[in-house]
Amino acid sequence: MLVIRNGRVIDPASGLDAVSDVYLAAGRVAAVGANLDTPSGAAVFDATGMIVAPGFIDMHVHLREPGFEHAESIETGARAAAAGGFTSVCCMPNTSPVNDSATVTSYIIERAKQKSVVNVYPIGAITKGSKGEELAGIGAMVKAGAVAISDDGRPVMNSRVMRRAMELAKSHDIPVIDHCEDLNLSAGGDMHEGETSVRRGLRGIPAAAEDVMVARDILLAEATGARFHVAHISTHHAVAMVAFARKRGLKVSCEATPHHFVLADSDTAPYDSNFKMKPPLRGKQDVAAVLEGLADGTVEVIATDHAPHAGSDKMQEFERCPFGITGLETALGITLEELVHPGRITLRKMIELYTTGPARVMGLDRGTLAPGSPADVTIFDTAAAWTYDVNKTQSKSKNSPFHGHTYKGGPVATVVAGRIVWQR
Amino acid sequence: MATAQDGLRAGLLGIEDLSRAEIEWILRRAKEFQRQQTPGRKLDTLRGRMVVLLFFESSTRTRTSFEIAAKRLGADAVSISVAASSVSKGESLVDTLNTLAAMRPDAIVMRHAASGAPHFLARHLPIPIINAGDGTHEHPTQALLDAMTILDHRPSLEGLKVAIIGDIAHSRVARSNVHLLAKFGAEVVLCGPPTLLPEELGRLAPGVKLTYRMDEAIRDADVIMMLRVQLERQFETTFPAGEYFGFYGLRQEHVELAKPDVIVMHPGPINRGRELSSEVADSQQSVILNQVENGVFVRMAVLERVLP
Repeated sequence: MLVIRNGRVIDPASGLDAVSDVYLAAGRVAAVGANLDTPSGAAVFDATGMIVAPGFIDMHVHLREPGFEHAESIETGARAAAAGGFTSVCCMPNTSPVNDSATVTSYIIERAKQKSVVNVYPIGAITKGSKGEELAGIGAMVKAGAVAISDDGRPVMNSRVMRRAMELAKSHDIPVIDHCEDLNLSAGGDMHEGETSVRRGLRGIPAAAEDVMVARDILLAEATGARFHVAHISTHHAVAMVAFARKRGLKVSCEATPHHFVLADSDTAPYDSNFKMKPPLRGKQDVAAVLEGLADGTVEVIATDHAPHAGSDKMQEFERCPFGITGLETALGITLEELVHPGRITLRKMIELYTTGPARVMGLDRGTLAPGSPADVTIFDTAAAWTYDVNKTQSKSKNSPFHGHTYKGGPVATVVAGRIVWQR
Repeated sequence: MATAQDGLRAGLLGIEDLSRAEIEWILRRAKEFQRQQTPGRKLDTLRGRMVVLLFFESSTRTRTSFEIAAKRLGADAVSISVAASSVSKGESLVDTLNTLAAMRPDAIVMRHAASGAPHFLARHLPIPIINAGDGTHEHPTQALLDAMTILDHRPSLEGLKVAIIGDIAHSRVARSNVHLLAKFGAEVVLCGPPTLLPEELGRLAPGVKLTYRMDEAIRDADVIMMLRVQLERQFETTFPAGEYFGFYGLRQEHVELAKPDVIVMHPGPINRGRELSSEVADSQQSVILNQVENGVFVRMAVLERVLP
């Protein structure tokens, strides 16, 4: 039993925004209200001056287990999530073996039960080995607990396979998440194609590599009636197409990562692999469009695409370094700094992007503090300055471009199933 | 303000970040070497210094040129080529360089197929690094020797029209030349097929123009710089097979559109019949061999400046 006292409780799902107490018991939210009694035996957390929100959900992370435990494990990735204020994560299937069967899905769920301090929801692969050819055991994975399908990082190029996957996903009532990248257009590219790539003599990944796939998938979503979610949206055309699809009433959604709304290609340190990810950091116009999409509701979710890589993999020539950066621990600080403090979105809207947004897209019974809901709570402040030190990360990997950045406000305590699993 | 001397102490990674003063210093010093040259006679400015020439990519002329430059200044030059080193055994770039650093060379001259590889090493090593060509990014000493060669034929770079023709997208020579020439007020016209001439190149530096037409590029030019077609750097087909020379190969009829005293340059090695005709390569206007000769003087000046 835990009573979180005197915080400003913001629960967008129930419309609550007031200084209140939150009483958690038996893994559920028992009551929310002013001046609740403290039941005997209950612990008290004083949240005076802080924000108390439903537990944050990161619907796009890479936990690297099984297979790449030198870079991250379910245990360490979950600790990094908790340190970033997240109480639930959805993990992508590009492990080794790929999560393309009920066996791997069950393994991840079992490992998470033993090792993870946060809730872990596996995302199954669309195709066997994420090779883009033969459909994976989608139904069996869903039965085992997979909440979505995606071939993240190795997108399905064959439109016919994608169509079939969408039809099946619809029957299982799960979303199809696509890392939208035309692999022929992007082949060999290391950063966004533009003035900066030309100046640095690096091969570019054109914005069109994302755009053509977003367009294809939206058309297939309309044809099949499936729920389709664009992972880490990064271009202005993609944002416009998602807005168009939603206007047509399609079940299309998208997420943005903090790095895509805070950094442009020209902001990157030359040949520094901590700025190398897919999709790449785009042009200023694209960053502006993603910010606009977050403000106007086109972008419903902020997800980190936390992609840990071991130091040795990042210590080589830029073009040989793997794609991806970590992001769980910096997401909230960046979001406050870039979206809330400048007034682009309200605090309530930010909480939606981390709670009701992903819960709706993934169909998770979370993201609210309504009595009876899971007792997952994110407590954060919006004023105290702190500096991100990647050497103190909970993750096994240190590939972050945000080392040394100072933020105003960030996570204070993370509560999962009524228990404080991380505290500043 | 940093002096020309300070700027080069950390090495020479590219032309883009060099100041005019730094470039002028090198060109002046190279000219002195050119004037006082007595074949075979060595100087002893860098006696007892060790320069490691680390070539991850095959290159005969640049490596030899650096080696001669180092030896003429009295330095010891140790050449390490990829095939003979541990690089081919899977050793990472960092490990290779740590090993080399432990041998305490005074400078490393490096060529690598990856853009930014010398910048990456410069962040991790306290030894000055001279970029002898990194991927499709920069080749600073080539631009310096090209400038020196132009200045052998013209009093200044300002106001000159320089046409650079060929596979611009994959050319580190073009990038370094664009930066250098723009700093001195030359008008640079880049010319090639659209697949090898991304429009962003026009924003590389002030005074840069792009055209897909040879005649436009060459008309009234003071300098024609032909680039090698970098087949090995192309990731894909960028031009219909067999059509290149017809559209972008330099022939005598093009040269006649330029100023009468135009000079024709090429970083070498030349592909006769692919980017320029034999007739042009062997013509009066061709200064290709002067470029090679000036390469040594420019590299002597750079080594002398980089080595404290």
